Amino acid sequence: MSALSVNHLLGIKYLKPDDIQLIFETADQFKEVINRPIKKVPSLRDITIANLFFENSTRTKLSFELAEKRLSADIINFSAAQSSVKKGETLIDTVNNILSMKVDMVVMRHPNPGAGIFLSKHINATIINAGDGAHEHPTQALLDCYSIRERLGSVDGKKVVIVGDILHSRVALSNIYALKMLGAKVMVCGPKTLLPKFIGDLGVLVETNLIKALNWCDVANMLRVQNERMEVNYFPSTREYAQQYGVTKALLDKLEKEIVIMHPGPINRGVEITSDVADSSHSIILNQVENGVAIRMAVIYLLASKIKHS
Amino acid sequence: MSQKVLLTAKEIDIILHRLACQLIENHNNFNNTVLIGIQPRGKYLADRLASMLKVNYSIANVQLGHLDITFFRDDFRRGDKPLEANKTHIDFIVEDKNVVFIDDVLYTGRSIRAALTAIQSFGRPKHIELLTLIDRRFSRHLPIQPDYRGRQVDAISNERVIVNWKENDGEDAVYLINK
Repeated sequence: MSALSVNHLLGIKYLKPDDIQLIFETADQFKEVINRPIKKVPSLRDITIANLFFENSTRTKLSFELAEKRLSADIINFSAAQSSVKKGETLIDTVNNILSMKVDMVVMRHPNPGAGIFLSKHINATIINAGDGAHEHPTQALLDCYSIRERLGSVDGKKVVIVGDILHSRVALSNIYALKMLGAKVMVCGPKTLLPKFIGDLGVLVETNLIKALNWCDVANMLRVQNERMEVNYFPSTREYAQQYGVTKALLDKLEKEIVIMHPGPINRGVEITSDVADSSHSIILNQVENGVAIRMAVIYLLASKIKHS
Repeated sequence: MSQKVLLTAKEIDIILHRLACQLIENHNNFNNTVLIGIQPRGKYLADRLASMLKVNYSIANVQLGHLDITFFRDDFRRGDKPLEANKTHIDFIVEDKNVVFIDDVLYTGRSIRAALTAIQSFGRPKHIELLTLIDRRFSRHLPIQPDYRGRQVDAISNERVIVNWKENDGEDAVYLINK
């Protein structure tokens, strides 16, 4: 197989295992490219990409922008904070206005779940979902799985626990889909209030005791507590959360085996993980960031190859 | 579909020895020369020549790399088939080196055009030469010619030249196939 089965990347649940394999194999080549003295290839020199961020982002936006530039695409950036969205323009109008400037591909982050899917039905451009509310964040899940594959050789059969705020996390949902598709065993762990009621229906194990979860797993993916999405208190205090669900060096040393620590960023140091854990040899957090660029290059390249040349 | 043998294993062996000798003539001990096999099919020829130089002609340090040109091609989004990338493996820089590109068949010259751009990511070579086993003349789209050629072939555009290598295809042979 050499082409993706989809024309947009809206979520992991629309992909097939072969698609993910193809993205990984292509990312391998791009990872080599971004480690060359000159890190740029001319493949997408006749493609224009709009990065539409209706919600704040640092890492994802920079990573996409760098991936696009490394592929020689022309890019335009848009953030909702300084735009006509504030003046009452609808999403379709905003995007269609941008597309009339001859844009081929849209990378979009939006606070509403399903925004990318909605857009893909109404406009004529390739859409990449860079996070839609608490729904999906497919490129993050791809780079997480790719980083596990890089560190442990494969994802198949590995035990991965996702710890923290599962309720508000698009990273969790996309990761669950991707990990299961690649044959990993998945567990979620967090305070009951932050675990969605029917999460077990996705075929994941549910655990509220962090020590048990860490003893079970090969990889722990630590999520950030998304205070900005919480209208009510889900746990008594940040201090208590850190005591119950924070990973410390002392905790890791007590485990029977060595585990890999991941974090999609941004880290609240001292809450979900302490500094000595984030900066330890267990952590592959910075590898995740590097792999993010390679994965996004692969996704953009493979989707762009489906845009017909006119 | 008809098929004609252009070169047998024995003929290929003789040609490889000749090409190796021609390379030695121009590059002496290969101190400042690197061989670059163009992916996907040029790597077998490059590997073969490199080991021949080592084993049969006692050249101690032949530097060998594989270059993938997929992301530098000029037909991205123009064909029906998506372009598939291969591994690039160059663990040296080519700054001020003599580079010899090695590919199995020279046809339109577009792959070599892409390779000329791609190699710049690894430095500015002093000199670039081209070695091909088969040179399909009269079919070039670009002003590119080989410096070392195994065999020149006149083939019309609906004919294809297939090069098989023992390592990958079970035999050394070159066929001309009429579609």
